[in-house]
Amino acid sequence: MELIWSSLPSLMEGALVTIKITVFSLGLGLVLAIPIAFGQVYGNKLIKLVISFYEKVLRSIPLLVILFLVFYGFPRIGVRIPAFTAAVIGIGVRSSAYQSQVFRGAIQSVSGSQLKAALSMGMNSMQAFVNIILPQAVRIAIPPLTNETAIVLKDTSLAYALGVIDLVRHGGYIISTTYRPLPIYSAVAVIYLIMTLTINLSLAKFEKKLKIPGIGIEERAR
Amino acid sequence: MNIFTLFIDALPLLLDGLKVTLGLTLISIIFGTIMGVFLSLGKVYGNKYIRWPIIVFIELIRGTPLLVQLFILYFGLPPYGIRLSALTVAAIGFSINSGAYTAEYLRGSIQSIESNQLRAAYSIGMTKWQGIYQVVLPQALRRVIPSWTNEVIYLLKYTSLAYIIGAHELMAKAKFFASRNYEFFKVYVITALIYLVLVFALTRFFSWVEEKYKIPGFEYQH
Amino acid sequence: MKDKNILTVENVYKSFGENSVLRGVSLSIKKAETKVIIGPSGTGKSTLLNNINMLIPPDKGDIYLEDEKITMENIHKIRQEIGFVFQDFGLFNHLTALGNVSIGLLKVKKMDKQAAKELAIEELDRVGLKDFADSYPAQLSGGQKQRVGIARALAMQPKLIFFDEPTSALDPELIGEVLNVMKELAREGMTMLVVTHEMGFARTVSDEIIFMENGNIVEQGPPEQLFNNPRVERTREFLFKLTELYGEGGE
Repeated sequence: MELIWSSLPSLMEGALVTIKITVFSLGLGLVLAIPIAFGQVYGNKLIKLVISFYEKVLRSIPLLVILFLVFYGFPRIGVRIPAFTAAVIGIGVRSSAYQSQVFRGAIQSVSGSQLKAALSMGMNSMQAFVNIILPQAVRIAIPPLTNETAIVLKDTSLAYALGVIDLVRHGGYIISTTYRPLPIYSAVAVIYLIMTLTINLSLAKFEKKLKIPGIGIEERAR
Repeated sequence: MNIFTLFIDALPLLLDGLKVTLGLTLISIIFGTIMGVFLSLGKVYGNKYIRWPIIVFIELIRGTPLLVQLFILYFGLPPYGIRLSALTVAAIGFSINSGAYTAEYLRGSIQSIESNQLRAAYSIGMTKWQGIYQVVLPQALRRVIPSWTNEVIYLLKYTSLAYIIGAHELMAKAKFFASRNYEFFKVYVITALIYLVLVFALTRFFSWVEEKYKIPGFEYQH
Repeated sequence: MKDKNILTVENVYKSFGENSVLRGVSLSIKKAETKVIIGPSGTGKSTLLNNINMLIPPDKGDIYLEDEKITMENIHKIRQEIGFVFQDFGLFNHLTALGNVSIGLLKVKKMDKQAAKELAIEELDRVGLKDFADSYPAQLSGGQKQRVGIARALAMQPKLIFFDEPTSALDPELIGEVLNVMKELAREGMTMLVVTHEMGFARTVSDEIIFMENGNIVEQGPPEQLFNNPRVERTREFLFKLTELYGEGGE
């Protein structure tokens, strides 16, 4: 329909913001998740305890609450952050809790006997990790990470509540002048759908390229 | 104002909101689960005229953000004369969303029941539907409990989105209270704690349920 | 009538894609007869059993239970009259032994609870497992599981029972208990069609041995004939190999 066609530029602007939030949040999550996963696999009891507490808390609180805590929390330590940043921090930190689980699972599911075999060949721990565990762990981690990417993409819609001018808000702007909520929000939904499908398909392709028979695990429930 | 006095002050208001939150969660999980059972059975055992619409429906719901789905119902319907309260929209939206996700979890669970179970059912003269109802479904429902538990907790957390369309649940009450004394951060910390306690309690409860209905020797694969 | 066939199979054909597994197989069984099918793996022995009760419908051929032709319309009734014991037991994981044996009675035969329970306990007793009525499949040994499977088939009061390699998935020590139950059944006059490698059983219990290969029946006849005086060279060859592998069968 004409309406959707003419709204497209504005919606695309919003989609770009959405994609940015997604990428930055995932990146933040990744950066945090790797040392966390390490700590969970190779750390001592105290580290494991702290980490499991961190994860439990982040997974029990609604994302919306996390976003508000970040948004209203930073000013208390004297830093005023824009809504976009608050969204990235909130979504990213929460994603780190899930991503670290994925990495931990992936590392642990590469069997201990492979590590032993590597060490007994004379490799040191770092070599063993990089050459033997990492290549397999990466492949195992891809499906759940694909899942996580799609989830983060959809969760960025919550940034709307902080006032971020993302895809959903652009839809809202258009509606406030055209008064056609159903087609516009449906178009918004379709754009998300296209993004989700693209993510799933391209990561599935990527996974296929890397595939080694016999290596893989289940996805998490959302 | 310290956080304890704040908590006591806020309690009545928050409890009001909590009732709504819990009610929403309950309704959504009940309808969502019922929907999920029918959808998954249709997807696994139905002919192509049943399967394809279900597949499309599930992909649509799982590929788009919950918030957008709520917006479509809340803002998109009134121009066509269907004006529903925020709470009703929330209940419908959450139920449909949960239905789609539950359908996928249950589908996985059904397909993980070995085919020899259904074959044995046939061998004593059961029809396809008798076999599904008496043999496959009882086992699949037990196997899906971990994912289903996750879904309940997810719903509990995401009922917070209803706040964005104006429903008077926990988040909305928290924001209302906070806007009277500007102690946004502290109030949200209290709210976070409430969710934490709820999730903890729910998780414990479902562990107990799972243990009670366990079939000896027949553990699901995590 | 004494000479009436319980089962008549005429010219069954079955292919899976390019693979022609059954090429015109015919056989018949009379009441109280026990017939054993032997042959190399993949020659369609299991397929034949699955074809008869339509778990896998055949491509061509006519099958009659007594005088009634087996079709997809009456198949649910027919399956109540043909017991089936699977190689992998096929017990319902979520039910106890008692539950497994009685579910067919309750849901298919629509018996009332008490009557079903009594009959189920009777059958479990018949296979020696009355004390395990409340155990779940995961808590039973292979041999016990298979005996429950047999009890479940018996509870439906079938006209005949198929056994599809009933002992192939069992540890050697557990094979005996299952074979003993089967022998007892044969002695009591149950009509049985058994696919197995157990030569001892075949020799001592069967009325006729059917040797199949490449989708056809190569030779069939009483055990003495096949073992001592086979008409076809291939039969002699195969039995020799089998006896080498599995022994003559102790019992």
